[in-house]
Amino acid sequence: MNLQRATRLALYAVLELADQPDRQLSRAEIAEKFGVSGNHLSKVMRELGKAGLVEAVRGVGGGYWFSGNARRTTLMDIIEIFEPSLFDDAGQREPGKDTDIGRTVNLVLDEINEMMQSTLNSISITTMLQIKGRSRTEPS
Amino acid sequence: MHAAQDTQTRLRIRDAEPADLDAIVEIDRQVSGSEKHLYWQDTLSLYGDDDGGRFFLVAENDGRVAGFIMGEIRAWEFGSPACGWVFAIGVARNSLLEGIGSKLLDTLCARFRQAGVTKVRTMIARQDHEVLSFFRSCGMMAGPFQQLEMDVGTGPATDQPDGGTVR
Repeated sequence: MNLQRATRLALYAVLELADQPDRQLSRAEIAEKFGVSGNHLSKVMRELGKAGLVEAVRGVGGGYWFSGNARRTTLMDIIEIFEPSLFDDAGQREPGKDTDIGRTVNLVLDEINEMMQSTLNSISITTMLQIKGRSRTEPS
Repeated sequence: MHAAQDTQTRLRIRDAEPADLDAIVEIDRQVSGSEKHLYWQDTLSLYGDDDGGRFFLVAENDGRVAGFIMGEIRAWEFGSPACGWVFAIGVARNSLLEGIGSKLLDTLCARFRQAGVTKVRTMIARQDHEVLSFFRSCGMMAGPFQQLEMDVGTGPATDQPDGGTVR
């Protein structure tokens, strides 16, 4: 699955913030950890802020904190903020889509899409952090 | 009789008994929307004791059945070594978010471990995000198998060895 860079960064940032709920993280800290520019991160954080998932504290010592519901927010909720049409190709007119071959190809692609949507809709931020915790304690 | 009790919540997990039938039917009705009395009666008599790696457990909360789980150990199906399968789980609507589902699954997994298996599997409808989320939150991930199906009533014509054709 090929997510846009901003989407992937949004997932990283939300997970990083939700993993440290008692701590405010600065733009520089998050940008450095994930190797992105501060400007790029700011744009992503602005969108997450509009969605109510993060809040920003301005000024010296300011930063971001996770303000969403980690048990109720799924990976799909975050992805849809940045790529609302990722799984929505029903209305798209593409050459060949209405041919017998096009319909057959779409049948299989729709099956793959359904599985991806089901996975992304059923994994919450809390569950992701549990997976992270387990993978940290398991021997590699 | 096996039983596990959480003293803080007075939640007790025990083997299902014939007297639990009505409560199980009602919980399943709340979850699935349909009443399947005969099905659960048969299932309870088949899975009611854990002989042969079959388990049917109920959660009793303050003396009232508030949930159930059913599972079985199966070996070499789909080429897999012995593993535990969870076939059904249900929690009464008025007892959701009290950790009853997790406690039921934990207890069933403990039974599987005691019986010597180290892997547990289940199958959930793709659109059932609520139950999928529950099992994900308990640590389940996608397994190595993929479920496939087809409609045998409308499948392709098949050539027979005698030259005949069936549909």
